Amino acid sequence: MELFRAHVLVCCGTGCTSSNSQKIIEQFDKLLPENGLETEVKVVKTGCFGLCAEGPIVVVYPEGVMYYRVTPADVSEIVLEHLLKGRHVNRLMTLSAEPESLTALAAEDSGFFKKQKRIALRNCGVINPEEIDEYIANDGYLALGNILTEKRDPLSIIEVVKKSGLRGRGGGGFPTGLKWEFAAKVENDTKYVCCNADEGDPGAFMDRSILEGDPHSIIEAMAIAGYCIGSSQGYIYVRAEYPIAVQRLKHAIKQAKEYKLLGDDIFGSGFSFDLDIRLGAGAFVCGEETALMRSIEGKRGNPTPRPPFPAVRGLFGKPTILNNVETYANIPIIINQGAEWFASIGTEKSKGTKVFALGGKVNNVGLVEIPMGTTVREIVFDIGGGIPNGKAYKAVQTGGPSGGCIPSSLLDIPIDYDNLVAAGSMMGSGGMIVMDEDTCMVDIAKFFLEFTVDESCGKCTPCRIGTTRMFELLTKITDGTGTMEDLTSLETIAVSLKNASLCALGQTAANPILSTMKHFRDEYIEHVVDKKCRCHVCKGLTEYYIDPEMCKKCSMCAKKCPVNCISGVIGKEPYVIDASKCIKCGACMETCKFKAVLRK
Amino acid sequence: MGIDKLTPEEMAEKLDEVLAQNKGQGQKALMSTLQEAQEIYGFLPLTVQKKVAMTLELSVAEVYGVVSFYSFFSLKPKGDTVFSICLGTACYVKGSRKILDKIEEILGIKSGDVTPDKKFSISACRCIGACGLAPVIMVNDDVYGRLTPDEIPGIIAKYKEA
Repeated sequence: MELFRAHVLVCCGTGCTSSNSQKIIEQFDKLLPENGLETEVKVVKTGCFGLCAEGPIVVVYPEGVMYYRVTPADVSEIVLEHLLKGRHVNRLMTLSAEPESLTALAAEDSGFFKKQKRIALRNCGVINPEEIDEYIANDGYLALGNILTEKRDPLSIIEVVKKSGLRGRGGGGFPTGLKWEFAAKVENDTKYVCCNADEGDPGAFMDRSILEGDPHSIIEAMAIAGYCIGSSQGYIYVRAEYPIAVQRLKHAIKQAKEYKLLGDDIFGSGFSFDLDIRLGAGAFVCGEETALMRSIEGKRGNPTPRPPFPAVRGLFGKPTILNNVETYANIPIIINQGAEWFASIGTEKSKGTKVFALGGKVNNVGLVEIPMGTTVREIVFDIGGGIPNGKAYKAVQTGGPSGGCIPSSLLDIPIDYDNLVAAGSMMGSGGMIVMDEDTCMVDIAKFFLEFTVDESCGKCTPCRIGTTRMFELLTKITDGTGTMEDLTSLETIAVSLKNASLCALGQTAANPILSTMKHFRDEYIEHVVDKKCRCHVCKGLTEYYIDPEMCKKCSMCAKKCPVNCISGVIGKEPYVIDASKCIKCGACMETCKFKAVLRK
Repeated sequence: MGIDKLTPEEMAEKLDEVLAQNKGQGQKALMSTLQEAQEIYGFLPLTVQKKVAMTLELSVAEVYGVVSFYSFFSLKPKGDTVFSICLGTACYVKGSRKILDKIEEILGIKSGDVTPDKKFSISACRCIGACGLAPVIMVNDDVYGRLTPDEIPGIIAKYKEA
C-alpha cells in the first residue's frame, strides 16, 4: 500500500460542488506533480464537512487544518506554502463570521464542531465516498459480515435495534426495531426493504449529504434490514433533483456487487440481497410512506389509508419496511458498538443524535449533528455562531411545512421528539431555519401554506380544500383586508384539517399557522387591526414615500424605478412616488444615498 | 436542461430505442420510461404519452395521470436556457422572492412561462439543497449562490450573448 505524508481532503458535496470544488481538485492534480509532490501528497474527494456556507472547504491532514472559501486560484498558495514549506495559509483559515477561530488550528476545535457528535455523519468528510475500500477500512461492512458469517438469529439483531432506542429520523419518530419486528413476524415469501431518500422538505439536506458522503452505510444497513425481516430485494427512492447523490449511489451499488457484498449468497451465508434505485419526480407527498410505495409501483403518489400498515401490505402488496436515510446510517454502528452505547447518548425517550440542516439567518449555515437533548440555543448561538449583522433572533422553524416555530422563550428546551411536539413543532426530517427580526411570521405561514396547497395530492377533501381556504385567508390578511373573524376561521379549519386528513401531509399542514398564531399572535393582530407589517415584508401593508426635506433632487431613485412611478425635476423639485403605481420593490430605497426614501 | 438540438426524426428514433427496452413492462416501468422520454424531448407532448401508453400496455389516461401528478414532468416545452429559482425556506428567508421578481421583470415573463422566442424560461423550484449558498438560482446546470437582485442583470446578459 502506498503511503503519503499528507492528505488533502476536498469537499465534493452539492454545496461545495456548486461553488467549484471540482476545479480545485483539477488544480491540485496539476500543481502537485509540477512541484514533485505527487508521491507525497494525496488528494481525496470527500462528502460534506457540514460548514456549507464557508465552502468550498479543503482540509489538510495530518494537521487537520481547514481552509474556507478556497478558490482555484488559492490552490497554488496552499501547495507552495503549506504542502511544500509547512507554513499554514492563515488568510484562508478565518471563518467570515467567527474571527476568534483563527487561534483554533484544527478544525475539530472550532466552535462549529465542538458541540457536535458525529454518528450518522461519521464518514462524511472523512472518506472518499466513491472508494468502497475506504468505507471498509473504517469498519464498513463489518456489521453485515459479522451477522452473516456468525449466522446470527435475525430476531436477536432486531432486539439490538430495539434496545438501542433508535427512532425513525424521517420525522415521525416511530421505533425502528419495532417496525422491523412487525415485518419480520409476517409470513410471506416476498418482502421488501425500502429507503426513503425523497427529501422534499425545503431547506433540509441531511439525507442528501449522507448519500453523497457515505453511500455504502445505507447499502450495508439495508442488507442488514433485509436479513432481519427475510427480504432479498431493496429499493432506494431518491429525488431526481439530487444528481450527485444518485450518481454516487449507483457507483456504490456497482462496487458492492463487484465485492459480492450485494447479490447472491453474500459472505457464503446463503443470504441474497439486491438493491435498485427509483427516481422520484418532484412530489412532496411521496415522502409519505404509502404514497412513496405507490410511486415506486409507477403510479400517482396518492397515499392510501392505514391499516393495513406497510409491514403487512406495502410495496406491490407485500410486507415492506421503509426507513429514512439517516435512520439506516445509524444501523451499522449500532450493531458494531452495541445497543447500550447508543442508548447512553441522548435523552430518556430519544436516543442517539440527530442531524440538522441549519440554514436561514445564521452565521454558520451547514449540517450539524448533535446529541439529542442539546438546546436550540446551543445550536443557533454556539454551533451556528448567532445571527448575522447584529440582528435579533425571532424564531427557529423545524419540521418544514409540517412543523412550527420555536420562539426565543423556548430557546432552552432540550431537543428531542417529544419536547418539539409539546412546543407545537416537530422533529421533522431535520430542517432548521433561523429567522431574525426582519422575517414576518404571517408571511412565513403563508409561504408554507402556498407550498402545501401546491403539494397536496388532492385525494382527500379536508387537505385539498382546507389548505386552499387557509391560504386564501392568509393572503387576505397579508394584503391588509383581513378581519378578526378570519383569525377564528383559520383556527377552525386548522383543527378540522388535523382531524380529518388522510395522511400526515394534511394532518400537519396547519402546524405552521397554529404555531405562529400561538407564539406571534401580536403580529397577526397588527396585520389585521393596525394594517401594519412590522417587517415591511407584506407588500399590501407597506407604502414607500420620499421625505421632501431630505430629498436632494438627484433623480437616482426615478432612474432605478422599474415601473417609472417616481416623478420630479433634477435639482429643482423633490421627487414623489405615485403610490397607485408603485410595486413596492424597494429599489428606490436601496438606491437613495441620502436616506430620503422611507416606508411605513 | 441543456438539451442537445436533435431533429424530430432523431428524437423519434431515440424514443423508439427507449420504448423497445420497456415493451410490455406495464405500470412499474412507467416513471423511468417517462423520465427518459423527457430527457429526449425536453417535455412530454401528448403524442409521446400515447406512444408510451401503447408500449407499456396502459391507457393514455393512466399515463397522463402520472405525468400531470409529478412536477418533474412538463407538458409545456421549456426555453433553451432555464432559470430555476430556489424558493426553499432557507432561500426564501434570505430574499429569493426578490431575485425571482427581478428575473421576471428583466425577461418579461412569469415563472412557469417561456419567452416568445423560446430562448428563456423561468421555473421556481423547491430546494436544490445548496442552502449554504442561499439565495441560489440554477441557470441550466450552473449554480449561482449568495445572490443579490443587483447581480441578476449581469447573469442574464451572459446567457443572452451566448
